[in-house]
Amino acid sequence: MRFPANRPLRLDSGAKIENLEIAYKTWGELNTDKSNAVLICHALTLDQYATGSNPVTGKAGWWSKAVGEGKPIDPARHFIICANVVGGCMGSTGPASLNPKTGKPYGLTFPVLTIGDMVRAQAMLLDGLGVETLFTVIGGSMGGMQVLQWAADYPERLFSAICVAATAKHSAQNIALHEVGRQAIMADPDWRGGAYADAGVRPEKGLAVARMGAHITYVSEDALQRKFGRGLKRDGLSWSFDADFQVESYLRHQGVSFVERFDANAYLYITRAMDYFDLPGKHGGKLAEAFTGARDVRFCVLSFTSDWLYPTRESREIVRALNAAGCRASFLEIVSDKGHDAFLLDEPEMHAALTGFLKATAKERGLK
Amino acid sequence: MRPGARALDIGCGEGDLLALLAREKQVDGRGLEISQAGVAAALARGLAVVQGDADRDLADYPDDAFDYAILSQTLQTVRDPKAVLEELMRIARHAIVSFPNFGHWRVRWSLLVGGRMPATRALPSAWWETPNIHLCTLLDFTDLIDQLDLRIDAASALIRGKPARPMKPGLALENLRAEAAIFLLSRGSSSAHAEPGPGEKLL
Repeated sequence: MRFPANRPLRLDSGAKIENLEIAYKTWGELNTDKSNAVLICHALTLDQYATGSNPVTGKAGWWSKAVGEGKPIDPARHFIICANVVGGCMGSTGPASLNPKTGKPYGLTFPVLTIGDMVRAQAMLLDGLGVETLFTVIGGSMGGMQVLQWAADYPERLFSAICVAATAKHSAQNIALHEVGRQAIMADPDWRGGAYADAGVRPEKGLAVARMGAHITYVSEDALQRKFGRGLKRDGLSWSFDADFQVESYLRHQGVSFVERFDANAYLYITRAMDYFDLPGKHGGKLAEAFTGARDVRFCVLSFTSDWLYPTRESREIVRALNAAGCRASFLEIVSDKGHDAFLLDEPEMHAALTGFLKATAKERGLK
Repeated sequence: MRPGARALDIGCGEGDLLALLAREKQVDGRGLEISQAGVAAALARGLAVVQGDADRDLADYPDDAFDYAILSQTLQTVRDPKAVLEELMRIARHAIVSFPNFGHWRVRWSLLVGGRMPATRALPSAWWETPNIHLCTLLDFTDLIDQLDLRIDAASALIRGKPARPMKPGLALENLRAEAAIFLLSRGSSSAHAEPGPGEKLL
């Protein structure tokens, strides 16, 4: 959806984006009451292809296990919307887009964004689609941050909200890990101060290293150990710096395949938006204050035991604030050794919880 | 419990009581449950349940958040029953508390004659596996209620699965007869151990 120049996206920084474009996908039909809309918010490196087939990678959509026919989020019952975040690189306006003023890619002239800006852009998209209220807004990781931002900024547009494996603010460790990734990108000579597109190159090595580091944070020590242990790629050691260990070649593969589908500057901007995310900080240090308008929203918060990126205690903080604000909250910590990325994987317990919560909430909303 | 009341069931398990209260009394119920399996089951039936620990997480709730706080057969399993009772009466106007009575004659008999930790119908676990770490008698409980300056609005005895029978918890005979007891508590002492008032019937 393209917005005219007279409807810019106003950003938390004070800047604005004109001629905003938001790339999105929908599944299912909006019912006559317009009461069955579900907004799915995606994580850092994901996109609008939550289910079905992703035309860029040729693989199944990133949340096909939770979204689709017979799944907790079902196009037979829900009007499902998933949009690429502003600042992304899958069709929404981002640093790789052409700046209408110069006719050249924005690069680092693109304004710094926040999670709040992403959510404001989603609200504009919903306005354009004629969707006033959401039956639910759901997301994992950065998607969960957007869910919390929705509850803080547009509670009157929500009937329920599901926040999975997320946090209300980025911790020092979260920021530190992101900074390593950004420095890896910026240290690549092909980054060229962010203007690599003008030079016809891409900082592939830097972006791949950033992805390798980040990928470790998405899994758990136990899962890595179980999958690879000290397994070797070939018989014996090479006595060199080739990828001797299976885990090395796995990570290298993760890095290389990532650069095929992701833009380095978008990685900088989106990680920055996550680092700036501090919902309690925006409400006088009291997270509960962020949710005072959301007392009628039904919340479901889920975390995973082995997620060390956004550990359970951060979900508990969210639940504590929801309780303190008098909101209706459910919370479950799911036992899994798959780490942060568990929310994307086959986790029957999570799917059962989502199904139960959505069914009960649908009844209250008068959906079938 | 009046229809539409707000209630928190602490140690709600899979949410059987919450589901019953929602169905029969249109109660706006929330649950707190320590076990993952319990919360998962409660969530799957659409109840608002938070995974947490009564000893730690009641502090998260604001004052007067509920009309009723329910602590069903859980008091004897918490680390700090006194603190938990205080929290109940902070977050809710009334508390409904039930627990097995360690003063029941079978318990006394079992220890007196058998010389071993009692294993009865109300307390079936062996000493080394029981979750019950703070067992008390009716008299012990009413002493604590006095100490906390709480009021007993109603008390009932449970015997052999029969319907609850109103009782005076201070009577020595009740302390022998009741296998378990249910109390309706409010803030502020008055005529301690009063009879159930008119319209103050327990479930």
